[in-house]
Amino acid sequence: MAKKLVVTGLGATTPLGGDVATTWKNLLAGKSGITTLDKEWIAKYEVPVTFAGQAAVPASEVLAIQEVKRLDPSSQFALIAAREAWADAGSPEVSPERLSVEFSTGIGGVWTLLDAFETLQTRGPRRVLPMTVPMLMPNGPAAAIGMDLSARGGVRTSVSACASSTEAISNAITRLQSGEIDVVIAGGCEAAIHPLPLSAFAAMHALSRRNDDPTTASRPYDTNRDGFVMGEGGAALVIETEEHAKARGARIYAELAGGAVTSDAYNITAPDPEGSGAARAMLSTIAQAGAKIEDVLHINAHATSTAVGDIAEYNALRRVFGDHLDKIAITATKSSTGHLLGGAGAIEAIFTILAIYERTIPPTINLFDQDPAIPLDVVTSPRKIPAGPILAISNSFGFGGHNAVVAFRSYES
Amino acid sequence: MALTQADVLSGLAEIVNEETGIAASDVQLEKHFTNDLDIDSISMMTIVVNAEDKFGVKIPDEEVKNLETVGDAVNFIVSAS
Repeated sequence: MAKKLVVTGLGATTPLGGDVATTWKNLLAGKSGITTLDKEWIAKYEVPVTFAGQAAVPASEVLAIQEVKRLDPSSQFALIAAREAWADAGSPEVSPERLSVEFSTGIGGVWTLLDAFETLQTRGPRRVLPMTVPMLMPNGPAAAIGMDLSARGGVRTSVSACASSTEAISNAITRLQSGEIDVVIAGGCEAAIHPLPLSAFAAMHALSRRNDDPTTASRPYDTNRDGFVMGEGGAALVIETEEHAKARGARIYAELAGGAVTSDAYNITAPDPEGSGAARAMLSTIAQAGAKIEDVLHINAHATSTAVGDIAEYNALRRVFGDHLDKIAITATKSSTGHLLGGAGAIEAIFTILAIYERTIPPTINLFDQDPAIPLDVVTSPRKIPAGPILAISNSFGFGGHNAVVAFRSYES
Repeated sequence: MALTQADVLSGLAEIVNEETGIAASDVQLEKHFTNDLDIDSISMMTIVVNAEDKFGVKIPDEEVKNLETVGDAVNFIVSAS
């Protein structure tokens, strides 16, 4: 018999706020975290996209100076989010051997790598920081959290582009169900607002070019959407077995009811237009939750604001839910936060959990003219959820044809 | 111009503080980098490179293992300056 798994701690640092409470408040208020980048490198390299969702509170204002010097910015966000989640969970007493970390990044330590290359070119190999390799490796964020919180039950990093941290949460399920551990810190982070990734995503025409109007640039489902907006930050969840949580009297936000990962094997960047892989991930997640499709009342969609991505996800949703889709309240929170890449799934999981816990679905902003080809019930101002059990899912898809889905359910003790 | 021992000690203490967070006042001549200050080899390499930049000297890699105490480092830098 599968164990019931529950979420007991949340932490985040995002373009909307330096913690979960501020981020959630600004999300409900319909604010945008997207701003013009005031960086000398924009002009230096003539970067074609001049805006992004920068972390509302710089990591250097939160961490000790030695942590800032020894950790890539992605790991800094990870540590801030994980510490908040851990404290929010009441700093659980757990044997280190029964505590594990599943923490992702999509790109890894891109600032460290490219700064080090610049140092090599301009000042020679002896000036390259000795910490360069541990700082740039994609498992750096997970390892930093593992050391900080003494997790000795395994520290893993799944990398699947923009599906990475949803996959991390899904992996937490298998770890907890194995019985080898009691508690997992799961999530993801990204710190890729750097001229190279911005130029590279721009070169593939994936990014919005709305330089003159950053706050309305991320507009999922809008007829005039023209690409995603890069965001940065980190988000972490403390997930444990219900038995462990109850034994220590923990506050429970929601049940982690299911999670699944599939792959398209179709195209390295474009989603399968039929959405069959995405549909399988959703169906498998709902089945794991022991639920029917009619039980799903809310979806936090992947919806990045690209022309092809939003429609492909819609096709997958229609395939899964049929007519029931018209009764599901959909939100696309990347409209406010931008796209946190490897951190996106984790922050959207938090929004899904809080929608359930606070019984309020957060809005999608910037929907001026809904694409008639995407007839969804998109929530555009905070919407109360009536009493009764709620099942909600969060979708994430990534370059490489990765599909990851997780489901959360209102907790009944 | 040769540097004085006091100049080098205070400059080195600043570097050590910036890299490790150890209070500059704890960086004293008789302190052993590993046993007393708990500075690992990776931090030591960063300290050495920063000291080279600050004092305009060259500290060869094969010399670093001989710099066991703060005093060893200060004396090396003073004599190399």
